[in-house]
Amino acid sequence: MTYVAFQMLIGDRAKYIGLLFAVAFSTFLLQNQTSIFSNLMKRAGNQIRDVTDADVWVMAPKTEYFDQTKALQESDLQKVRGVSGVDYAVRIFKGLPIAKTRKGQFAACSVLGLDDATLLGAPRNMILGNWQDLWKPNCIVLDKAGYLLLFPGEELKLGQELELNDQRVKVVGISDALPAFTTFPLIHARYTEALTFQGRQRQQLSFVLVRPTVGTSPDELATRIAEQTGLMALTTSQFQRASVVYYLKNTGIPVNFGITVVVSIIVGLVVTGQTFYLFILENLKQFGALKAIGVTNGSMLGMVLFQSSLVWFVGVSIGTALSATFFNISSLVIQLRHFIFFWESAVGVAAFMLLIIALASSAGLMRVIRLQPAEVFRS
Amino acid sequence: MNAVHCQQIEKSFGQGETRTKVLRGVDFAAAQGEMTFLVGPSGCGKTTLISIIAGLLASDAGSVSLFGESLCSLSARDQILFRRRHLGFVFQQYHLLPSLTAAENAAVPLLAAGMNRKLAVKKATELLGALGIGNRADAAPRLLSGGQQQRVALARALVHEPRLIICDEPTAALDHKSGESVMELLSSAAVHPDRAVVVVTHDNRVFRFAHRIAHMDDGVITHIESPGNQI
Repeated sequence: MTYVAFQMLIGDRAKYIGLLFAVAFSTFLLQNQTSIFSNLMKRAGNQIRDVTDADVWVMAPKTEYFDQTKALQESDLQKVRGVSGVDYAVRIFKGLPIAKTRKGQFAACSVLGLDDATLLGAPRNMILGNWQDLWKPNCIVLDKAGYLLLFPGEELKLGQELELNDQRVKVVGISDALPAFTTFPLIHARYTEALTFQGRQRQQLSFVLVRPTVGTSPDELATRIAEQTGLMALTTSQFQRASVVYYLKNTGIPVNFGITVVVSIIVGLVVTGQTFYLFILENLKQFGALKAIGVTNGSMLGMVLFQSSLVWFVGVSIGTALSATFFNISSLVIQLRHFIFFWESAVGVAAFMLLIIALASSAGLMRVIRLQPAEVFRS
Repeated sequence: MNAVHCQQIEKSFGQGETRTKVLRGVDFAAAQGEMTFLVGPSGCGKTTLISIIAGLLASDAGSVSLFGESLCSLSARDQILFRRRHLGFVFQQYHLLPSLTAAENAAVPLLAAGMNRKLAVKKATELLGALGIGNRADAAPRLLSGGQQQRVALARALVHEPRLIICDEPTAALDHKSGESVMELLSSAAVHPDRAVVVVTHDNRVFRFAHRIAHMDDGVITHIESPGNQI
């Protein structure tokens, strides 16, 4: 009876295409929105993730997220270095100066000042140039998106100049830094030079980057540093999570996306569920005739399951292909760089669509099973 | 031997004040090798009676036996399997599956029994040929006339060689000529010494095809006549 079920499903092309469209559209909408939301939130922790040289971040107590910094004292660095289990601890400065180009283009930039001696925290993914050139005086590494913002329409090249707090600096590298939640260009420079970009303040040490010795876990070390110095110490993953949580709690983004996702779920439920349920209802007379002829309820169950599985598989495949295409194309847009299609979103939405179709087919199946075959004698 | 034997069948629908007794102790029999008509005014209980005979509806009281087998003694699943194996149906509205071809529609009982699709369709196509519409075997039902659709339905009722064929108003949706043609086919193809045919009809123009006519009114068989086989 699988063949009969298949023909019943595809026999009315318009209905079949409508069903597939409903499933594919809902799948695309849900996968798209959940993935974009996750990507946006992930950006809140990207600048932390980009620093691969440290496992523990030490900061002022009550710091909530990466962009909120309160300067530490230079002595704090020594305190951290004195904690057992610390392999190395280096300073990092985070500032937000205004950068200007010769043509007058300007933008607020996120500057990371790296330890002069080691350059720990320097970008590892370079598109042009070498991060080691930061040791040269008045040199910076600028991220690609920032470059395109400050030098619109110009091809990527080294040697471009920027003015930061009346100081002229040269771009010696273009990095492929992970995009941050804010759209500011990202500048990497040496610590002592970065301080001058911002303008002198009494204390300017933003974070201390720490790597534990072999045999010491980052969690253990972070706890120890916090206990012994009174500072806040978080592992890289904890700090990323804290930054994401901050944006989740303090921006309207989750609500906005939440509404879209809820609407998508309702659309999925209503459009897909109802369309499939109606499909079964519209075929009720046919199912009744089959029951009268002697098709068992078990066979009916098999037929409906086959139809629902096929609709789910084809519809979700089309929707997922659309989502993959969307993210593939959007990765070419600089503002959406590093936006990825999360496999969790693909699998989760596919499972959700399966649930919707299972609910709809169960409701339809109940009607089929309860259907009195004698109904077919009623004209 | 009686193919169908009903004794004191009773059936009511509804509850409380709206409860209506549709069958009031019906005794009915249909013999093998005969075409038995069940006639009567609308609402007299004909459709309810054939539904009970076919095992599609349970009676409130009384017994039904088909070819000596009591339907009540069979489990629900065995009733379905019995129906699949031994009964064929022709419905007033044909109830053909619109997405299947004529041959595939006729093959449905064989497919339901698990026969290979190619074999089932081949057998159904041969039968359609015998019923005079072999050239329309690959056509969708919507492309067939009412008479042709009823022939496909007849093929579906016969293809698995059942022992009892139940027809519900087989000519009601057809013009006189097509109705005559379908009845001629029914009497020539369906009537068989090992098989019984029960036809519910209003159409007195086809009464001449009946071996026996059971007249029904208000939930009981009022009388049975044997018009003589004029076929």
